[in-house]
Amino acid sequence: MQALTNRLKLVDRKPMSLLERLYIPAIIKGMLITFSHIFKKNPTISYPEKKRAFSPVFRGLQILNRDEEGRENCTACGLCAVACPAEAITMEAAERQPGEEHLYREEKYAARYEINMLRCIFCGLCEEACPKDAIYLSETFTPADYQRKQFIYNKQDLLIPHPKEDPDAYKEALGNRAVKKELPLN
Amino acid sequence: MLLAIDLALIIEKLSLISVVVMASMLIAMYTTFAERKVAAVLQDRPGPNRAGPMGILQPLADGLKLFFKEEIIPSFSSKFLFILGPGLAMLTALMTSAVIPWGNEVRMFDRTVSLQIADINIGILYVFGVVSLGVYGIMIGSWASNNKFSLLGGLRAASQIISYELAMGLSLIALLMVTGTLSLKEMVEQQQAGYWNIIKQPLGFFIFLICAFAECNRTPFDLPEAENELIGGYHTEYSSMKLGFYLFAEYINMFVSSVIMATLFFGGYDIPFLDETKYNGNLMALFGVMMLMIKVCFFIFLFMWVRWTIPRFRYDQLMYLGWRILIPLALFNMLLTGGVILYFHK
Repeated sequence: MQALTNRLKLVDRKPMSLLERLYIPAIIKGMLITFSHIFKKNPTISYPEKKRAFSPVFRGLQILNRDEEGRENCTACGLCAVACPAEAITMEAAERQPGEEHLYREEKYAARYEINMLRCIFCGLCEEACPKDAIYLSETFTPADYQRKQFIYNKQDLLIPHPKEDPDAYKEALGNRAVKKELPLN
Repeated sequence: MLLAIDLALIIEKLSLISVVVMASMLIAMYTTFAERKVAAVLQDRPGPNRAGPMGILQPLADGLKLFFKEEIIPSFSSKFLFILGPGLAMLTALMTSAVIPWGNEVRMFDRTVSLQIADINIGILYVFGVVSLGVYGIMIGSWASNNKFSLLGGLRAASQIISYELAMGLSLIALLMVTGTLSLKEMVEQQQAGYWNIIKQPLGFFIFLICAFAECNRTPFDLPEAENELIGGYHTEYSSMKLGFYLFAEYINMFVSSVIMATLFFGGYDIPFLDETKYNGNLMALFGVMMLMIKVCFFIFLFMWVRWTIPRFRYDQLMYLGWRILIPLALFNMLLTGGVILYFHK
């Protein structure tokens, strides 16, 4: 019969020789194998102290973006909520009042923006759907918590640090995934 | 006067007993830690490293955990025997260390202090007697649990220890034929003067080593507590520090059997290639104790190394090895030793 792969191995059913029946050579061989592992480098990464680098395509916790002056990009258009297959995103829109120009980039903004991290599947469709570059998935993951309600992240949890007030934290949160697109100004 | 009580002797012996008991407890504690570390290193992982630097406080944390666990005595168990079991296991484990010579004599406060609790002339027989009693702790505990898995574990332990004790005793007879004494102290002194017994009795040592593994219920002979077959074997129903006692007794047994192997076959506290009599007695005695500990550490490492290499025997394989291989081999070794002695000493 023609073998489908070349991985076929015939089982050797010959009776064991005396040396094999003694088992001692086999035991010594096995013990040398385990002993050799003493000198091997262990691949463990001690987690909280050391963190593994994620791949560039890793999709983690969402972040709500600000522009260079620290104004929120989000206009509460709801495209991300529509795109979300897990229905994890809810939002409420509000109108920007005079005097709030330094806070919000456009006339409409999200007064409430919540993502349920227990529902979210981190597919990144919200990021693709967003026309304002307001939401993207960062390189961190959701930390563990004791209560379910702590997993509903509100706007304060999601917003990126202010680029002027806290530039280091802003840069760190921005990571490599924030794609700077040319924003169409209206 | 026959009944004159030597107070200094009592104090000396009492302090020696407490030191030995404390030391074997401490060593057993750190053996559990070493076990986890060795397992980790052999499996390419770091092992416990959070409690204290390098995880050095891990045994304390483990012990504390065991103390704080809920103490459960099953309602269907026979309560007295259930409590007696682990106590007996611990007691017999600690009692064996009484006849072991830990080092040479030390001069202290104008007295010659022997670093051995009791140098009785039937030393090795005493060890055998006490080790055989050790199985009662396991049997009583497993029977009192009133649980099928426990009972199976206890039965396995009893038959295993009885089977392997035979081969162990027979391998020792050959050794006794060479040494001509049962006293452990005299054996060590003989080895200090001449060669280590391992050179005269390699086969005997090999049989003794295998039997020691079986007596300590260590892998590949850990059938009495086979986790994946019998849940926990004889200690299935035990919790809290009573479980701790069983586990602890096992590690003390491991330590004591390592000491005995080192004493019988590897010269005990003898420092190889060195004539101890030429140097300062006290200092040399200290080095001797350290040397014994180095040998013991090697054996404990061997126990662990084997545990993380060789899988468990099947029960019929265990019996086959004990009765049909080791006992004939030990008898053959006896015959051979006797023949050689007869040939050279005629």
